[in-house]
Amino acid sequence: MQANGTTAPLLDIRGLKTHFATDDGIVRAVDGVDLAIARGETVGVVGESGCGKTVTAMSVLKLIAMPPGRIVEGQILWQGRDLVPLPTDAMDDVRAKEIAMVFQEPMTSLNPVYTVGEQIAEVARRHEGLSRRAALEKAVHMLRLVQVSNPERRAHDYPHQFSGGMRQRVMIAMALSCDPKLLIADEPTTALDVTIQAQILELLQEMKSRFGMAIMLITHAMGVVAETAQRVVVMYAGRVIEEAPVERLFANPRHPYTQGLIRSIPHIDKAATKKERLEAIPGIVPSLIDPPPGCRFAPRCRYAMSVCREAIPPLREVEAGHKVACVL
Amino acid sequence: MAGSIPASASAEIAGAPQRPARPFSPWLDAWRRFRRHRLAVASLFILAAMIGAILLAPLIWRVAINDIDFSAHLEGPSWAHPFGTDDLGQDVLARMLYGGRISLAVGLAAMMVAMVVGTIVGAVAGMSRGWVGPALMWLTDLFLSLPQLPLLLLVIYLFRDTLKAMFGVEGGVFILVVVVIGGLRWMPVARLVRAQFLSLREKEFVEAARALGASKLRQVVRHILPNALGPVIVAGTIDVAAAIIAESTLSFLGLGFPPDVPTWGRILYDAKDYLDIAPHWALFPGAAIFLTVLSINFIGDGLRDALDPRKVM
Amino acid sequence: MGPYLLRRLVIAIPSLLGISVVLFAVLALAPGDPFGELATNPAIPPEVRMALRVKFGLDDPVPLRYLHWLSAMLHGDWGFSFASRINVDTLILQRLPATLFVIGSAQLLALVVALPVGVYAATRPYSVFDQIANTLAFVGFSLPTFFTGLLLILVFSIQLDWLPFVYRADIDATGWHWYWEQFRQSIMPITVLGLFQGASLTRYVRSAVLDVIRLDYVTTARAKGLGERTVVIKHVVRNAMIPVVTLVALQLPAVFGGAIVTEQIFRIPGIGALLISAILSNDTPVVMAVTFVFACLVVLFNLLADVMYGWLDPRISFG
Repeated sequence: MQANGTTAPLLDIRGLKTHFATDDGIVRAVDGVDLAIARGETVGVVGESGCGKTVTAMSVLKLIAMPPGRIVEGQILWQGRDLVPLPTDAMDDVRAKEIAMVFQEPMTSLNPVYTVGEQIAEVARRHEGLSRRAALEKAVHMLRLVQVSNPERRAHDYPHQFSGGMRQRVMIAMALSCDPKLLIADEPTTALDVTIQAQILELLQEMKSRFGMAIMLITHAMGVVAETAQRVVVMYAGRVIEEAPVERLFANPRHPYTQGLIRSIPHIDKAATKKERLEAIPGIVPSLIDPPPGCRFAPRCRYAMSVCREAIPPLREVEAGHKVACVL
Repeated sequence: MAGSIPASASAEIAGAPQRPARPFSPWLDAWRRFRRHRLAVASLFILAAMIGAILLAPLIWRVAINDIDFSAHLEGPSWAHPFGTDDLGQDVLARMLYGGRISLAVGLAAMMVAMVVGTIVGAVAGMSRGWVGPALMWLTDLFLSLPQLPLLLLVIYLFRDTLKAMFGVEGGVFILVVVVIGGLRWMPVARLVRAQFLSLREKEFVEAARALGASKLRQVVRHILPNALGPVIVAGTIDVAAAIIAESTLSFLGLGFPPDVPTWGRILYDAKDYLDIAPHWALFPGAAIFLTVLSINFIGDGLRDALDPRKVM
Repeated sequence: MGPYLLRRLVIAIPSLLGISVVLFAVLALAPGDPFGELATNPAIPPEVRMALRVKFGLDDPVPLRYLHWLSAMLHGDWGFSFASRINVDTLILQRLPATLFVIGSAQLLALVVALPVGVYAATRPYSVFDQIANTLAFVGFSLPTFFTGLLLILVFSIQLDWLPFVYRADIDATGWHWYWEQFRQSIMPITVLGLFQGASLTRYVRSAVLDVIRLDYVTTARAKGLGERTVVIKHVVRNAMIPVVTLVALQLPAVFGGAIVTEQIFRIPGIGALLISAILSNDTPVVMAVTFVFACLVVLFNLLADVMYGWLDPRISFG
């Protein structure tokens, strides 16, 4: 954001804490996240499963199930307005109209009993007050934009008649149909075949150049980030531990965890599974119920010192636009 | 990840204290979950009290069930007869205490029959990979779509005289009722067991047992059945309640036990024509059936929370 | 949709045959000669007895007897009621409308109660409303129909004297008065049966809605900003109905059981009461036929449920 830093960021998450009440105690899934996205920018949010990236995204749209989830602290400033205290119906005007979302599982994210045309049209009918017919025409138009062949006919098909990659295109068409300013893509390619993954990423790039929205791209694959994002935010155990422009991060990762992640990249072109990648960094993610005091990565960190186990190191700027939460 | 349900704070949130780390035991854990279902715990006490009364009270309440006293017939509750008397002046409390034993015994025995048949059918269907499984499941579905009460009545109609001749009136009807109720209630258990088997037999620990050369029977008994136990226990609990209702229904229709075996349903059957002048006669056994069935159903629900936490229903 | 329906129809035939085999097997396994009531009557001369035995095919092997019985059933030759002195099919046709009326109205009442309560409870899990609804549902299906029936009679007929407790097929009134009397005498039986079914249906609905409400596509619907009401009705309830239809169909045999009891208590002249009286008077052809009719009704309603299922779930009908 410093790069084009003239105005306030589009989205500015400050000190967000989202916790979940479970039988075993409070899970601090997101525990103090700061994250900003500027207009038209693509930000990659990376980290392994359970690090809180999805919960952060869901918190922005307030799609967290409450209960058991709860935004305990922090602000989510959307164009300067805090979304956290917003009532549900006001939130509904933001959803899809200003901030849209594409989910990880295209196979289960569409309602099986409605045609994809109806489901896309629903968005325009809700936010632009279009008639059923006009909204359906718009849905066909959107399907054409996301390169679904024969969109007039396909709009009348049901989700089970589409492949995973096609469904993700439908999801993207749905998300973009009201021209949102921010698209949150939560692992949009993880559930897809490798070849399809590349196509979907390419489509996202293309849509971005057409609509000009900002993208918050959540992924655990560093390779995806390297290809698409301008800036990267690395999360670990509910906190942001490093943030930098993409070239800087890859050239000069400062946090030991980020270094580990980047060292693991060569595995990715073989569609590495999470397990394989985890082997590169010894140890496991700490429990988020009673996280250890101090740096949460310390138990797995080869450089850990006693100071690391006493207090959480704050996120500090080491260079312009490069922040890291590490004492090193 | 459901959406933002604007619900009031759940019980979990309100009462989720930070527990200290404790040693893990599945049964202790189950008991902890069961205890949280307050109605189930209350039901456990009520049911225990009722069973205790049925088993022990005849030692204290020494009134014969067939003590006929026409001078005291159709009397309302009094100190001499806490639950009143029937048309022959017999003590309703004594009859209920006696009949309760039979009602509960029928419920338990029928449940056992249903569990054994269901577990065997489900286990065979779940383990076999050929045509046997689908055939058994077709049979299960067929039995599920049989109209149970009419069939129950039909079987009792056709067989009761023979069995009475073989085992005596009480024994014959008991065996008939238990076998038929049990024989018409095994299907849900069979489906449950089969479903458990299908999902469990591919699990790693069973694969491991297979790789180690465990025989099929051993795989089933040692490794699969214990894991399928939770849902089956829940189904069995609810079956006891269903069997008690079924027995009461038969007796209520006048087709179950004879008048000298006063199960709760039978007392209700005898009482229903005196509803206007002696409502107590019907109300006490009816309430007893209701309370028993309700308690068992609540306990079943608590057990479901405790043993099968994934299921909601 | 067409091929799907045809397939279901074809599947229904073996199950109907299977049921008929089970019924006949029960009959054939039964000791004694249930059809032989007439044939063993000493007042009938031996020649007539022999002729009757041949006519009923009582000396044929069991499979042959089954085929005879089945073809007679299919031809509408359901035999003669010893007790009522008329043909069994006529007798059943006379009694069937009352049964279908009571069952149908009760099912409707159950749906009207269970749908809103179950959905509302599921959208607010563990709320006070949910807990009360859940407890009442437990009470509802733990109360045996024969006991609720007696309780209602005790309160509304005997104590308050508001409603008649004997159901009459021939109300001697016309026009509005007839409808009013019909309504008055139907309230209690329909309430007894409807609330019993409604109780378990409420739990089915709640559980189905809870299962659906946490699915990904519901989150998608919320992310569209549709508003809670639209999300619940359009994306949750619509989908939750699919398993509910199946569960309702599975519950049907129990419903018929409840109907028999209800008819007996309120003396509704339906086929349930007919079954009981036939059993008490050893009227075997009627017992067999009524049981078979109940079985056919179950299969028929299962077929209806399949139609609903295919209509609700495009994955089935287009699959």
